[in-house]
Amino acid sequence: MSAPLLDVANLRVTFPTLQGPIEVVRGISFTVGRERLGIVGESGSGKSMTGRAILRLVRSPGIVTADRLRLGDTGLLTATDAEMRTIRGRRISMIMQDPKFSLNPVMTIGAQIGEALTVHEKLPRRDVRRRVLEMLDAVRIRDPERVFSLYPHEVSGGMGQRVMIAMMLIPEPDLLIADEPTSALDVSVRTQVLQIIDDLITQKGMGLIFISHDLNLVSRFCDRILVMYGGQIVEECQAGKLDEAVHPYTRGLLASVPKLNETRAELPVLDRTSWSQA
Amino acid sequence: MTTIEWLLADSPSSRMQARLGRSYRVFNALLRNPLAVIGALIVLLLIVMAAFAPWFATHSPIAGELSERLAAPSAAHWLGTDELGRDIWSRVVYGSRITLLIVALVAVLAAPAGLLIGAISGYFGGWTDRVMMGITDIFLSMPKLILALAFVAALGPGIENAIIAIAITSWPAYARIARAETLTIRNSEFIQAVQLQGASAARIIGRHILPLCSSSMIIRVTLDMAGIILTAAGLGFLGLGAQPPLPEWGAMISRGRAFILDQWWVATMPGFAIVIVSLGFCLLGDGLRDVLDPKQGGKQ
Amino acid sequence: MIFARPASACQARLFVGEAKRLSVETEIVATKQPVRGRKSRHRIALSLGAFVVTVALTFLGLLAITFFIGRIVPIDPVLAVVGDRAPQAVYERVREEMGLDRPLVVQFASYVGDVVRGDLGTSVSTQRPVVEDLVRVFPATLEMATIGIVFGVLLGVPMGVWAASRQGSALDQAIRVVGLLGYSIPAFWLGLVGLAVFYARLQWVSGPGRLDIYYDGLVPPVTGLMLVDSLIAGDTDIFMNAVWHLVLPASILGFFSLAYIARMTRSFMLDQLNQEYVTTARVKGLSERAVIWRHAFRPILVPLITVIGLSYAGLLEGSVMIETVFSWPGIGNYLTNALLNADMNAVLGATLVIGAVFIGINKLSDVLYRVLDPRARG
Repeated sequence: MSAPLLDVANLRVTFPTLQGPIEVVRGISFTVGRERLGIVGESGSGKSMTGRAILRLVRSPGIVTADRLRLGDTGLLTATDAEMRTIRGRRISMIMQDPKFSLNPVMTIGAQIGEALTVHEKLPRRDVRRRVLEMLDAVRIRDPERVFSLYPHEVSGGMGQRVMIAMMLIPEPDLLIADEPTSALDVSVRTQVLQIIDDLITQKGMGLIFISHDLNLVSRFCDRILVMYGGQIVEECQAGKLDEAVHPYTRGLLASVPKLNETRAELPVLDRTSWSQA
Repeated sequence: MTTIEWLLADSPSSRMQARLGRSYRVFNALLRNPLAVIGALIVLLLIVMAAFAPWFATHSPIAGELSERLAAPSAAHWLGTDELGRDIWSRVVYGSRITLLIVALVAVLAAPAGLLIGAISGYFGGWTDRVMMGITDIFLSMPKLILALAFVAALGPGIENAIIAIAITSWPAYARIARAETLTIRNSEFIQAVQLQGASAARIIGRHILPLCSSSMIIRVTLDMAGIILTAAGLGFLGLGAQPPLPEWGAMISRGRAFILDQWWVATMPGFAIVIVSLGFCLLGDGLRDVLDPKQGGKQ
Repeated sequence: MIFARPASACQARLFVGEAKRLSVETEIVATKQPVRGRKSRHRIALSLGAFVVTVALTFLGLLAITFFIGRIVPIDPVLAVVGDRAPQAVYERVREEMGLDRPLVVQFASYVGDVVRGDLGTSVSTQRPVVEDLVRVFPATLEMATIGIVFGVLLGVPMGVWAASRQGSALDQAIRVVGLLGYSIPAFWLGLVGLAVFYARLQWVSGPGRLDIYYDGLVPPVTGLMLVDSLIAGDTDIFMNAVWHLVLPASILGFFSLAYIARMTRSFMLDQLNQEYVTTARVKGLSERAVIWRHAFRPILVPLITVIGLSYAGLLEGSVMIETVFSWPGIGNYLTNALLNADMNAVLGATLVIGAVFIGINKLSDVLYRVLDPRARG
């Protein structure tokens, strides 16, 4: 593993509520290199909030603190808003869950992808168009010219997500965060979309943080896995060594996955009392 | 278990407890919204003022002293006097009774009518719905004020006719809301359960649907109060609402119009009363909506 | 009261909702490009037909209401003509002549016929056909309301966007209060106070009326719009005079539309700013300004048109009070004078015209919505 791209130490995200502050991310630490890191957890475990905290996109009144949150030599928590804008997209980018909501409904696909490029570098119109078309081609869209001038509602979910990938990868970032990139898609196109993400990051030598609730998927797709529960990392291991996991939550999750060559009367249900703290 | 724990219990053991718990939460949330608190205080003040008008007033609202006509605000006459020497503060105080009467009567006439029409329309659907909503939409796409003016012109000036005219033009909005709410409730499983028990349509609408429409209705009515007050004052200003010598605020402004340049207080003071009271209802309604209907927060 | 705002606000939502639903339908038609053919054209024609029927029914409803109002007048119209002491035979004859012995449906049909032919009866107070009067006074109202809406849009939209982008800040609260004041201040009172302060005290603007008295009748009416007519006549003095007369009533009227537009803009913007695609725009590294204006603002343009349309219609209605205060010779002033003289033909005529314009603008913004939304265009 090369020197870490992203170094996170003791990251916390807190929301003040009427009943007092609630910590949704409770002091997690990890590093990401040019590798595929999976973060797995159920909804509410703080995994998505972690992704957004890295980009400093946690909306107020949420508060992000950390002992260390660095991208290369840049401290992400101390960067000014203007510096943050040069980092977003250009150095860290994020693919979101559902293209139905994450693409602007009244801008053409070409304009939206082109914008991701022109924010960071001044380019003549024609070059922008050329590079957008190349990028659409790279995410295996067969008719880039036509798709270029379509509106998001005119394309399917799978194609929308490929457009999203194109948009997020066109400025060639160092690190890509993929927040449940396939859970809104039909099962039939999931594999294809994953394949595209995989190809592109391998090709460009990027780092990937893959956020998902699907332990199986993550263990197949990623190099390393973090398991989050209740805002904390409860397990960290290499993808191949998942069966060596020690934390009862991970073991419980693994046990609840049905296997083909077995006969069990019922699948075990997670018993949370044994490890969860008040 | 303390009272507050009992109120905030996650699984209340009786309807009463659930209802009180909800009221307590609403009340608590309202207290945290300073604008809503101001609104509630203004409305409360209006009610107290109307109820105890004789205690608040310093003079008679009807009889004046001609020797003191058009006197500027002073220690004796806090807001000055009008062209007949009547104390404006006392008239404003008594005027709160008229204002409160108008909003209360319009609310009592228009809201239940709209609620019932909307609920029936939404519950039965089909042609009932189409015809009733067609009529509602026609009313809804008419200019309210003009319609009220025309009704009063036909019925003749006076406070009762003004109330009727405003009520006639107010119900359609409530019908729309009630219908929308009913449509979302109608197919829910608890309604089906009641249907299976053999409850009549009247019972289902009356006992199960109407109560569930009530919170959005309360918000809407509170927000509409300002509009009702302004319409009533407008009718009064044009001489079509409450008739002299009743101390109605709009009519008072109309009389002060002739003196606006030299004795500004005659027309200005009742206007402030209208603004404050309307604003109070608006703030309260806004706050209630934020609390009772968070998904609509900040909308219109 | 003025603009009956809560109703129009609700209407705005209903219309927007309806338009959205319709646009979804059209979208389905539009995305099925290859099979697009006679069938979809048939559907479009059908929905167009349904729309025309709705509009026609609404106008008919308006006529029914004015007709009904005309009937509930407690004064016996026959007695008003023949007098108290007329013999029974005369009374019957006049009643027959006026058509009042026929069934209500027939009377209503003949009323609709009259209106369609442009006959609204004769005004008792001006002794002229009501239609003629209305044509004469309408441009004055149109002029004031148009300047008012321009004012309201130019200030209200940025205020709403601002407030939404700084939700919860002091600025947001201030704009919220300004918005609520628009619902709480009686227009006629604000007009009076405005006159007292800006005309009488400060002398910044001219007083009531459209022109100073000595300019009256100097400009030949072409369009009826004083600003336009004075320019046609090439008289800049009169033009400036008209401007100074127009400023105060139009900006007071504009304040009310500003309050409504700012409030609606704010809520539309808040909706958009909570959408995922706004986060996408931020992830791309866009500046906050670009996020707000290029991304979040664009989708609300179309619903905003509906709001502006409603607000404009509301101003035509709201001008009734303002015109009374400013002695502005428009339709509102005409209506209130007729009210005070119990001149029912004039009252119903003016109600009908304002109602028709109101409905017309409502339906027009509805159509615009469908034409302008890219999701509906396909």
